[in-house]
Amino acid sequence: MTYWSVTFATLKKDIRLEWRSKDALNSMLFFSLLVVVIFAFAFDPLAEESRHIAGGLIWVAFLFAAVVALNQTWARELRNQVLDAYRVSPAPANALFLAKALGNFIFVSVLEALMAPLFVVFYNLHVLGPAWQLIPIAILGTWALVVNGTFFAAMSLRTRSREIMLPLLLFPISIPAVLGMVAGTTAVLTGDNPAHFYIVLLLTYDVVFTTACLALFETVLHAE
Amino acid sequence: MKRLFPILSVVTAILLAYALYQALVIAPTDAQQGDVYRIIYYHVPSAWTAFLLFFINFIASVQYLANAKPSSRTAAKWIVLAIGIVGAIACFLPQVQQRLPAGMRPNAVATTVLAIPAFYFLIGKCFPGERLDVLAVTSAEVGVVFCTIVLVTGPIWARPVWGIWWAPGDIRLTSTLVLWLIYVSYLVLRRFSTSAQTQMLAAALAVFGALDVPLVYFSIWFFRTQHPQPVIGGGGSMDPRMLHVLLINWLAFLCFAFLVCWSRYRLELLHREVEEAHAMESLAGATARPSHPLNRSPQ
Repeated sequence: MTYWSVTFATLKKDIRLEWRSKDALNSMLFFSLLVVVIFAFAFDPLAEESRHIAGGLIWVAFLFAAVVALNQTWARELRNQVLDAYRVSPAPANALFLAKALGNFIFVSVLEALMAPLFVVFYNLHVLGPAWQLIPIAILGTWALVVNGTFFAAMSLRTRSREIMLPLLLFPISIPAVLGMVAGTTAVLTGDNPAHFYIVLLLTYDVVFTTACLALFETVLHAE
Repeated sequence: MKRLFPILSVVTAILLAYALYQALVIAPTDAQQGDVYRIIYYHVPSAWTAFLLFFINFIASVQYLANAKPSSRTAAKWIVLAIGIVGAIACFLPQVQQRLPAGMRPNAVATTVLAIPAFYFLIGKCFPGERLDVLAVTSAEVGVVFCTIVLVTGPIWARPVWGIWWAPGDIRLTSTLVLWLIYVSYLVLRRFSTSAQTQMLAAALAVFGALDVPLVYFSIWFFRTQHPQPVIGGGGSMDPRMLHVLLINWLAFLCFAFLVCWSRYRLELLHREVEEAHAMESLAGATARPSHPLNRSPQ
């Protein structure tokens, strides 16, 4: 078993599990739908205002929805001591981490693709800046959330009330990424200022934290 | 060592009283802000102390992680040494000097960079093994307390001077707040963790936090900053008499922080000793009694 074959085997397994149960996706979808509806009632914004607040709303909805999926990532492996089997197996720990992060990335991306049209409908959005820049912002932002989220989900596995623990650990560390996503999205939506700086910021964040996660994951996995 | 503790307590009390007297009576009144500015003598020394403690926590955490394996231990030593040497030399290269933010003096930056290996080796020498982790807990806890003082005194000062309690886009305010949040989550993790390897998890989180803070700083780089420039090593200027009082206050705060850290450190060591003794006792009890409950004869 090489590094990549372990990664892809785990990824395939996760996707198949999710495809059959659709636990994470359904709960994420319904959760973010609720956020959209509640905010739409609460603010009732004009088109101009909604352009300024939509960036924040979208990412807050996705951030909270992502936590739902992230919490299930490792909890699934606790049943039948699967995680212990991983620990004693010679498979590289990083490969497991990468597969989990990629899996979460796919789930959250699917969620975003499904929810983005709803946001457009509910808030009457139409983009004034270069719309294609939303794609790198979404990809880099989602990766920033899930890479740290997967790591901290593994970390909070051995804590009391771990479902609460994950957001407590994840949100403070994610502040620069969330700022980059929200400010970048708002910059594109309003077309007031260029979003390049935020894309570079997100890219830097992704590179730094992906490296850190890969370097430290083995320690966290074996911290029984 | 233990005898030093009461002596140091008395010295700290005298120093704090003297610093208070200096701050409230001796220091000249500010021309623009009036007497309100005197809160600086609590705000700034607390901030410096908090940052120093977080820095110590970071160094201790990195070293704790590095010590897990002999290979990473050696690697970490050389990396830290290289960072110190290369960083200190780089500060004096003209290309790097141009890129330094306005008001940061190269020699101040070089000194800060050199402090990294100095602290690393000093802490490694003085706190071997598990004591590194005890140091990390202690510095994080006391650091959070001082950081809270900073975050409370800041708005109190800002309200009369800037007219607002909080400047949301400001670089130093936000990065201090994020630092505080990260270290609170660090303490929460330590409190809630049921793992036998909490130290490792906490050390990993501390490293993540330390990586995060520069990113926060640069992400707000864009915004105009409302906070005045740093007093030392920065472009800010200050009356030498005020600076003198400020430094006395910092010395008093440092002594106080050291005292608190010391007693917390001793407490944590005792706590772990007790825990270990409990574990040993139950282990001894388990071996004395029949090990398997099913084998126990009916009474």
